[in-house]
Formats: sequence, structure tokens, C-alpha cells
Amino acid sequence: MYTFPNRLKVLFLVFMLLGAAGLVAGFLSAPHTVAEAQAMVADAHHGEGHNANHEATTAHANDHGTTAQDEAHHEGNEHDSVEHEDSHGEHLLHQLQNKPWAALYVAAFFFMMIALGTLAFYAIQRAAQAGWSILLYRVMEGITAYLFPGTIIVFVLLVLSGMHFNHLFIWMDPEVVAHDKIIQGKVAYLNVPFFLARAAFYILGWNFYRYLSRKYSLAQDQANDISNHKKNFRWSAGFLVFFIVTESMMSWDWIMSIDPHWFSTLFGWYVFASMFVTGITVIAMITIYLKSKGYLPEVNDSHIHDLGKFMFGVSVFWTYLWFSQFMLIWYSNIPEEVTYFITRIEDYNLPFFGMLVMNFIFPLLVLMNSDYKRNNYIIIGVGIVVILGHYMDIFNMIMPSAVGDQWFIGLSEIGGFLFFMGLFLWVVFGALSKAPLVAKGDPYMGESERYHY
Amino acid sequence: MSSSKVIHALYDDDDVLLKAVKSIKDEKHHIEEVYTPFPVHGLDKVLGLAETRIAIMSFIYGCIGFTVAVTMINYIMIQDWPQNIGGKPSFSFLENMPAFVPVMFEMTVFFAAHLMVITFYMRSKLWPFKEAENPNPLTTDDKFLVEVAVAENEKELTALLKKTGAIDVALIDKDH
Repeated sequence: MYTFPNRLKVLFLVFMLLGAAGLVAGFLSAPHTVAEAQAMVADAHHGEGHNANHEATTAHANDHGTTAQDEAHHEGNEHDSVEHEDSHGEHLLHQLQNKPWAALYVAAFFFMMIALGTLAFYAIQRAAQAGWSILLYRVMEGITAYLFPGTIIVFVLLVLSGMHFNHLFIWMDPEVVAHDKIIQGKVAYLNVPFFLARAAFYILGWNFYRYLSRKYSLAQDQANDISNHKKNFRWSAGFLVFFIVTESMMSWDWIMSIDPHWFSTLFGWYVFASMFVTGITVIAMITIYLKSKGYLPEVNDSHIHDLGKFMFGVSVFWTYLWFSQFMLIWYSNIPEEVTYFITRIEDYNLPFFGMLVMNFIFPLLVLMNSDYKRNNYIIIGVGIVVILGHYMDIFNMIMPSAVGDQWFIGLSEIGGFLFFMGLFLWVVFGALSKAPLVAKGDPYMGESERYHY
Repeated sequence: MSSSKVIHALYDDDDVLLKAVKSIKDEKHHIEEVYTPFPVHGLDKVLGLAETRIAIMSFIYGCIGFTVAVTMINYIMIQDWPQNIGGKPSFSFLENMPAFVPVMFEMTVFFAAHLMVITFYMRSKLWPFKEAENPNPLTTDDKFLVEVAVAENEKELTALLKKTGAIDVALIDKDH
């Protein structure tokens, strides 16, 4: 049995407190009026002045004429130049008010996604009747313990958006929809009650599987036959079917609909690759941590090697999907599609391309060597880069539509990351200490112990 | 007796073969070669063969393929006959790079795969019309053959091989 040391508890609590402080500071510093918002931007540009800034914003709006907020405000106001200026101020105010909410949402989604990706990996191991990974089952179950709090937090945030506490999902604003023909055509799908009902459906389904598989896994430890193992196999296979459909729809609902004009048909796979590689990386890192503390003595470097291979392979898979999405849209150059990437390349150049280096080039070059995949320090080092890189990936998916060019990694972003990291680790290590670290009743246990590459 | 004499021991199971090779090695006999119908997992380690360097060659070949692709496509699409790609007449390699990524990827894989196979053939001394080296055609079906060098220890070796589970042990003089 693993005991959750008090030193770690204090450390995670400090993460959470620091993170909460950063988030509160972020919310408090958000502007309340148009004048405050304009003053903040003017300050940030070191007295470039309102006019220069206004011109830049106008040019920006024209570049991305299809952004719904722009359009909605333009259509009503563009005949009157005074009101036009006001509408830009209001737009800026919305962006700056969105910023702490978006930072909170990105971090909440990111850590929820780690648990969900791990759950999918776990279900694949179960459904494939894998022999090598049995020793890691309890680590995976520990990580998926965060799925319940994680999904509840995301759901609460979605409900708050539905109650107009923020403007993350502009299609929730009847004022915007009234002026937007494209969103009007999607109202049958994109409306708050249906949206929340779908979210509840996904969340219930995932947590139901996680509850069952954990129950059968623990029961198998004491059992004399393998009936629990078989039940777990069947539920896992069923869950994978449910998962790939709901995960895809979840990615449209929770991320793609933030930009309701734009769509990509492989978006679900793209988000899946991101959560899959992050989940596998976290499994590897927590396993190595536990091993370094003397737990999991049977885990050998072949297990780490296999996790390293998965990290390498899924990183390349993620890049493949990222590029497939990017190249087709870049090549065809259709205005309503390509605006998505223009915003990211112009306003988010460093995070957009930096993320490619962190998620593709770095793991590709470092993890290519077979020996490096068995080296704990290298797996941990690459793991940290991959996790931060995929945080940037989610950041790039959500921020451009939520805050436009008003982004920076500030208190609320760092705070959100720290808070949810602390909470995530608290829940995961708490769950690890609640059951034996080795699923000793599993029929494939021997194969996993003897596993060698 | 000359050293051209060898013993051929035939096995019918890869696990038995692995254990046999281990015990032959432990008794300090020299194994000339092992013939198997399929790659036996772990056999190279038991035989003490040096680790393969083909991975390094594969990386180098991939880099060559990548370089060839970049050079080729830059010459064809940008320099020799500048093309307007996807309605973006920038005529710059970097700005048109996304369109070339599939070519660069394919050429990298093509070079790595083909040159690796050719390297493997050359290192294994395999070329067209080469005569088969395996002494017993059964090793292309379902049997495993271990060739052990003999040096004045024929009886002892035969006994050992029988003990390790060989289904047939034969003394072969390679000069004939």
C-alpha cells in the first residue's frame, strides 16, 4: 500500500493556494468598463496612444471579418463612426473580461483531459487483453480518479457560461445569434439546454465506466475466478465505442463551438491525440516517481520503454493530425476556414509554432533512440516538455477565439495551471493510496512481471 | 582431424533451441551458425552477437532522403520552373513548405526503407543467383539447426547436444 506523504500534501496544497491566488488576482484585475479596458491596453502598449491602437484593432477586425463578435457588432453599428469606436471598446472589454475565464477553462479542461486520455488508454489495455501493462493498472486507475472532479468542474464552468457569467461561447448570447445567419443555422444543435444535456450525457457515461472498471479491478484482487476480469473486458470494449463518439462530440461542443463559424472534420481525433499522449506521459511520470520511492519494484525498464514508445508514437500521430488539419486549410485558402490559422499565426506566432517544437520536433529527436526510452531522466524531461506543449495546444485552441490578440501568459494562466495541477495531483495520489499498487489478482499479472523487451 | 569438421544438431522447437544454445555456450563450444525458419526472439543475445547498427544507418539514410527531397523540390518547384502553389505566388521555398511536407516525408521513408533493405542484403551477402547456404532444407520449413565446430571432442559434444534435446545430430566434413 502506498501512503500519501504529508510533505506531498503540503506541496500540492501550496500549488492550489498559489494557483487560487493567481486566479483571484486575474479576475479582480479584469476591467469593468470600456474606459478601463482601453486604459489597460494603452498602458500595455507604453503610450502608443489610443489612435494607433484603434487603427490596429480596426485592421485586425477587417482581417478576420468572419469573427462572429466583430460581425455582430459591425452589422448594428458600422454606419455611425462614434458608435463604431464604442463597439471596438466593448469588444476589447469582452476580450479582457473573458481572459481569466478562458485561463480557468483551459486549465480545467487540460487536467480533465489527462484523466480522460488515461481512461481511454486503460480501456484499450483492458479490451486488447494486454499482458505487459498490468503492473501499471493501479497507476492508471489513480489518474482516472481525477475524471470525476475534473468533469464536474468543467461542467460547472459550462453551466456558468450558459448563465452568461462570461462570453466564452458567443453563440450562447441571443444578441449575437440575432445578427448572425451562420449561427442561426446551427441553433438546433448549439443551444444551451441541449448543449448541457449532451455534456451531462458524456460525463455520466465516462464516469460510469470508470466506476465499474475500478470496482471490478479491485474485486479481481480477492476473487478465485476471472469473472471480474471478463466483465471488465466487455465493459471496456463497449466503453471504447461510446468514448470515441462522445469524445469527438465533446471536442466540437467544448472547444470548437467557441469559434462557431469554423469547423474541422478531424477535430475530434486531433483533441483525442492530444489527450492520449498527455495521459500516457503522466502515467510514465507517476510510475517513475513511485518507482524512485521504492514502490512498484516489479516495474522494469521494458515497461518504461513501452510507455516511451507510446509517447513517441502518439506525438507523431498528433503531429500528423495537426498537419492534416493545417495543410488542407492552408492550401485551399478559403476565407471562412483560413481565418482560424491566420489569427493563430499572426497573433499567436510563438505559442503556435513553439508548440510544434515542443510536441513534435523535441520528442521526435530525443525519443527516437531506443536506449533513451529506457532512461528515467529522459522520460521525465521529455514528459515535462510534452505536458507543457499540450497545455499550449489547448491554449491555442481556446484563447484566440476567446480573447483575440489580448493574450499573455499572466497571473490567471499560471494560476489556473498551478491550481488544477495541485488538485489533480492531490486526487491522484489520494486514490493511489486507497488500494494496493499492484493488481495482483489479474490473470495476466505473471506476464507483466516477466515482461521484457 | 582438421577444423573443417562440424556437427549439425537439429531441433524442432525454438524454446528448446534457445536453451540448447545457452548450454552449448556455457560449455565453451564454438557455435558457427544457427539456421532458423523464422527470427527467434532473443537468439542474438544468447549467441552473443554484436548489437545491430542498422538503426543508425536508417537514421542516416532518412536524413539523406530528406535532403534529397528538399533539394529536388526546391529546384523543381521554386528555381527551375517557379510555380504558383495554391494561389499563393510567393515563389519562396519556406512559404510554400507545407505543400512539400508530404514529399519530404515520403522521400525520407523511401530512402530509409529501401537503403536499409539493400544494406541488409549486402551485409548478409545475399544477391541474385546466390546459392543457398543453409545445409539442411528442413530449416526453411519447421526445424532449427545449430552448427558447432568440432576439435577432437566429437563424442563429448554429441552427448551434450543429445542431452539438450536435439532430434538429430550429424557429423559433417565441410571439405567434401
